[in-house]
Amino acid sequence: MTVAIELRGITKRFPGVVANDDVNLTVEKGEIHAICGENGAGKSTLMKILYGMQPADEGTMKVNGEVVEFTSPNDAIDCGIGMVHQHFMLADQLTVLENVILGAEPTVGGGRINFHQAEAHLSKVTEDYGLTIDINQMVESLEVGERQRVEIIKVLYRGAEILILDEPTAVLVPQEVEALFDNMRELKASGATILFIDHKLDEVLEISDSITVLRHGRTVATMKNDGVTAHDLAELMVGSELPTPDTSESTVTDEVALELRDLAVRNEDGRQVVHDINLRIHRGEIVGIAGVEGNGQGELVDAIIGTADISNGSIAFHGRDVTNDSVRKRREAGLAYVPEDRHQEGLLLSSPLWENAALGHQTQAPYGSTWWLDRGGAREQTERIRKQFDVRTPSIEVSAHALSGGNQQKLIIGRELTSDPDVLVAAHPTRGIDVGAQAAVWDDIRAARRNGLATLLISADLDELIGLSDTIVVMLRGEFVATLSPDEVTPRDLGAYMTGAALQNGGAA
Amino acid sequence: MISTLTRMPAWARWALYAALGVFLLTLVQTISDTERLTQVATAREMLRFAVPIFLAGLGGLFSERAGVVNIGLEGMLILGMWFGAWGSINYGAWWGLAIGIGGGMIGGLLHAIATVTFQVDHIISGVAINILAPAITRYLSEEIWESPTTSPRTSAVGDWDVPFLAGGTIFGWESPDWLLTISQWEIWYLSDVAQLSRGLLRGTSWVAIIALALVPITAFVIWRTRFGLRLRICGEKPSAGEAQGINIIRYKYIAVIMSGGLAGLGGAFISTELSGLFQGGNSAGRGFIGLAALIFGNWRPGGVLLGALLFGYVFGLDLRDLDGTASHAMLLVNAIAFTAVGIWAFTRKNRTDTILAAVLGFGALFWWIVADTVPSWWSNTLPYVVVLLVLVFFAQRLRMPVSLGQPYRKGET
Amino acid sequence: MRKISISLAAPVGAFLLTLVVSTIALMAFGSSPTEAYADMLSHASKLETQVDILNRATPFYLSAVAAAIGFRMNLFNIGVEGQYLMGFLFAAQVGGLVSLPQALHILVIMLTAMMVSSLYAGLAGILKTTRGVNEVISTIMLNAIAIGGLIAWLQQKWQGDLGENFSSTSLGTKPIDESGLLPTINGLLELVTREVGQGKELTGMFLVAILVGIAYYVLLNRTRFGFDLRASGINPFAARAGGVPPKRMVLAAMMLSGAVAGLIGMTELADTGKFPPDPIQGLGFQGIAVALLGRNNPGGMAFAALLFAFLDVSSGVLDSTGAASREIAVIMQGIVLLTAVVAYGVANRFRERDEAREAAEVLAAEREVVPA
Repeated sequence: MTVAIELRGITKRFPGVVANDDVNLTVEKGEIHAICGENGAGKSTLMKILYGMQPADEGTMKVNGEVVEFTSPNDAIDCGIGMVHQHFMLADQLTVLENVILGAEPTVGGGRINFHQAEAHLSKVTEDYGLTIDINQMVESLEVGERQRVEIIKVLYRGAEILILDEPTAVLVPQEVEALFDNMRELKASGATILFIDHKLDEVLEISDSITVLRHGRTVATMKNDGVTAHDLAELMVGSELPTPDTSESTVTDEVALELRDLAVRNEDGRQVVHDINLRIHRGEIVGIAGVEGNGQGELVDAIIGTADISNGSIAFHGRDVTNDSVRKRREAGLAYVPEDRHQEGLLLSSPLWENAALGHQTQAPYGSTWWLDRGGAREQTERIRKQFDVRTPSIEVSAHALSGGNQQKLIIGRELTSDPDVLVAAHPTRGIDVGAQAAVWDDIRAARRNGLATLLISADLDELIGLSDTIVVMLRGEFVATLSPDEVTPRDLGAYMTGAALQNGGAA
Repeated sequence: MISTLTRMPAWARWALYAALGVFLLTLVQTISDTERLTQVATAREMLRFAVPIFLAGLGGLFSERAGVVNIGLEGMLILGMWFGAWGSINYGAWWGLAIGIGGGMIGGLLHAIATVTFQVDHIISGVAINILAPAITRYLSEEIWESPTTSPRTSAVGDWDVPFLAGGTIFGWESPDWLLTISQWEIWYLSDVAQLSRGLLRGTSWVAIIALALVPITAFVIWRTRFGLRLRICGEKPSAGEAQGINIIRYKYIAVIMSGGLAGLGGAFISTELSGLFQGGNSAGRGFIGLAALIFGNWRPGGVLLGALLFGYVFGLDLRDLDGTASHAMLLVNAIAFTAVGIWAFTRKNRTDTILAAVLGFGALFWWIVADTVPSWWSNTLPYVVVLLVLVFFAQRLRMPVSLGQPYRKGET
Repeated sequence: MRKISISLAAPVGAFLLTLVVSTIALMAFGSSPTEAYADMLSHASKLETQVDILNRATPFYLSAVAAAIGFRMNLFNIGVEGQYLMGFLFAAQVGGLVSLPQALHILVIMLTAMMVSSLYAGLAGILKTTRGVNEVISTIMLNAIAIGGLIAWLQQKWQGDLGENFSSTSLGTKPIDESGLLPTINGLLELVTREVGQGKELTGMFLVAILVGIAYYVLLNRTRFGFDLRASGINPFAARAGGVPPKRMVLAAMMLSGAVAGLIGMTELADTGKFPPDPIQGLGFQGIAVALLGRNNPGGMAFAALLFAFLDVSSGVLDSTGAASREIAVIMQGIVLLTAVVAYGVANRFRERDEAREAAEVLAAEREVVPA
């Protein structure tokens, strides 16, 4: 058994944090090797070092037995390493072909691209590996699974024999995950070595030959996938139990807090991206919306918040029609919002924490009034939020961007929950934060629910949906296609509804 | 019919628009009883005004396709004006152009350093360069030529007449001037087309010819070469390019410096060809109009040229229209153009656009009927008003490079 | 402490670099830098020159505040130039036509200027909010329309009575009566200094500028509107989700910016009483430079305005002493702007890194306490 990759003593420091601390990794040729760890364990950093995107501060790397030092991804590519990123690195306005050949363009006479040669080579790759795609399409018209395929084709085009996949299943539903795994097995059969990062333990156990666990930047364990259980892995990863679905008693009341009637939203091209939405959320209830990204969840959220225009239907808070109210009015009426992308929609990164706490509530006490800001009141409130929600920061004067993702999210949750809301819209509230913060956020949302908060939860994390929701609604192509009970549904069923497979087959597979 | 329109190659579409435009002008000319709209001299002025606008806009294309907003084109153009004049006075016309390009490139380099290396906001850096450039030229002017705003006379590169079409000479033999012949036949529309074309092809400065040639060259470079693909990724998704081993910073620098050079060439053209000397204030906002042409042209070289010609036409016509009849006739052109825009907006089910175009169209028509001449301020400001109107109607349907204006730092995803 | 020293290092560094570059520029053409700087400084030490400097700085400061209001919202109001000239012209015309008790007269004049200027800026705002036209280009075009066309035409129409002896001094709008001219404040100044000679008078707009600066600070930092404005500038998406109405903000910011711009011409108007055929131009762009140099900060902009005014005024002496070309001042202004802008970017990054490090250290410390 030859060793494809050997990393010894890899250390990488960033200002204030050691991302990788004396990490060792051994990957054998032709195997599928999984790297596990919670968010912030150092997996992505390690892969970036392996791919030449960043240099290690200490340690050695050997590829296929030879010592190497990478200064750029080009060096890694030359050694036959290819990386498929979690966040796709594709330019929407370029074609598949252009995206794939970028950086390795076949040229004629010093600069002109030889498109014939490129197309021929690319077609060969896609056929050999069974990855079907139209190479002259613009990437913006591709779906998520197809985009991932383009990413894989990109590395194969460059003759990669060692593939690194960074959280490849994060954006896929169970059926697409199966398709990906089939592709992986086929690649392995063709002689490729695959390294993949995943923190979903069932997937790891299903596909990998070997597993390495990282925690806090250190290698905790390396083992063969031979009799290992999810429980074992979880303990190694986190050092404690995973969060489990909540089975305490229901707090759902009869009072309707949020009602959507025949709601429809059009996008700029005039297409209906959301239609025929009818929903009632009661006080003390969490309704979870499941769905593949891009099926209208984002637009639905925008419509409820007020940042998107409604083309039909109505929205009511506690029976009061707010369909034509501005965002501010809805906020003042008791709407709280935890956005999907906290950097883009949730925070003023260069502003101090106390100003961020005021954001969304600046016209209400204690942050301010119609005309004036209450800086003292805002600061006091922020201190309260800091203590109650365990936001770790040197002070509340620090700028928001200095905080880690988890603490930023805790601040946002804190400011929204302490504004005495009636309705909470939470979109992917624990995306990209460490497990400790995630557990804290879940506890906070549950506590608010006990106090009568009505919550609309949107999430791609099926465990989160099942664990928090009282009811799950599946959204597909802009409408609700199924209402399910979290006690009875399985991730597989849910995936079937989310992709429409269930409807085609007349029921869950 | 609409589908055949969209399926035609870009150059054919632009040619069709141009032909329609000339048709419109000829029609209005007949109704309005003026000859000026399609005269040879008008076309020549159009081209002369259009060249610096086009070059600035093309500079903006390179820079923005690489993701860097370049408001500083005006300043780079001014640097080109000065260095072009200085080079021409001291070393001759062609050297003047070369040194003018160099001067513009210096401005581009400053902008690149500020925005790419130091992450300064693109617009702020551009504004700073627009303030710095005139200051530099004033100082150098004062020190070298004793006057902060004017220079001695410069010399221009030569003109060229296109053979056969416009009677150019080939090795001493004077070829026929077919366009002149056609225009002398006085056939409605056909002769007008001939006249306007002749204005573009006779007595055309070499710089203009270079500029026109740059259209297909730029298109080729941007879409069919390795350099162009890598440049485009900088403006669309630099992180993707970086992941594939491309030195984003290098391409951004090259693109911005090139944009400075092109703007500089435009400036050199102004001070050598258009005005015959360096005169502070002669840039007349052409760098900014070039940006408008870029937006109008949807970041494509053919479109930038069309935009530049459009704006150049309005400037050129105004310059020659001493008795105001042509400006008056332009009102009718405006009215018809608005109507066309209104119809187009109507077919796209865009209610506000249709109403807006209709109102403006009726207003222009009414004004044309009621008045005999237009007040001076209208003809002076018409070019700028046209720019605004173009942006009002077309700005929202365009597709700018996705990562335009965003700061880029190596190693960030 | 480190924070303060980083913040100061940027402008100081920029200034030093400017000195270096201008010294080189002077020497390149045979002038003596030390002589030139000495001449400028000695000229500036005279009280009369200082009055000139304050007079010059006043419109700079107002222009900077106008631009800064836009900048804080990421709106680039390059059209300050056109806006203030329009306001100036209309105010001069209206002021010349009416005759009222002093306080009222002056008020009417100022309000006219502010209103016209504000509306003209609002035009660009409407273009942006309704049709998405980028305000950089639209304000530049509106500048050209105003300066190249509208103002020239209106100037002709509103040319005041030329009188029998046609002379260049009678060109311009109808002169405003005494009652409409904002009084100068030499009296106030002379409370702290000696008597001002050479007929120099400190403009009353100086006080107005101070008030505007204070109002700017209060508006931005203490009012809810100011919070909305700053939030929109930092992150328009988050601001929108936080209830700030985006289009209304853009319009309000542009109009407010234009309103302040209207005051720029008041210094000249209070001095001459009419809109002349050749008003002082370029104040709009210099104001943008001052705002950038002063980082949109009321105090910083004041220093920047004084610096620019100092360079403008004291370089005038170079014409008579012959030590160097007076244009060196313009170069210094341009270079200090560019270098400062770069230096601020660098300083920002240092500060961000420091903060991130501090926060991460806190996290790391806590983590070690909690059992792994």
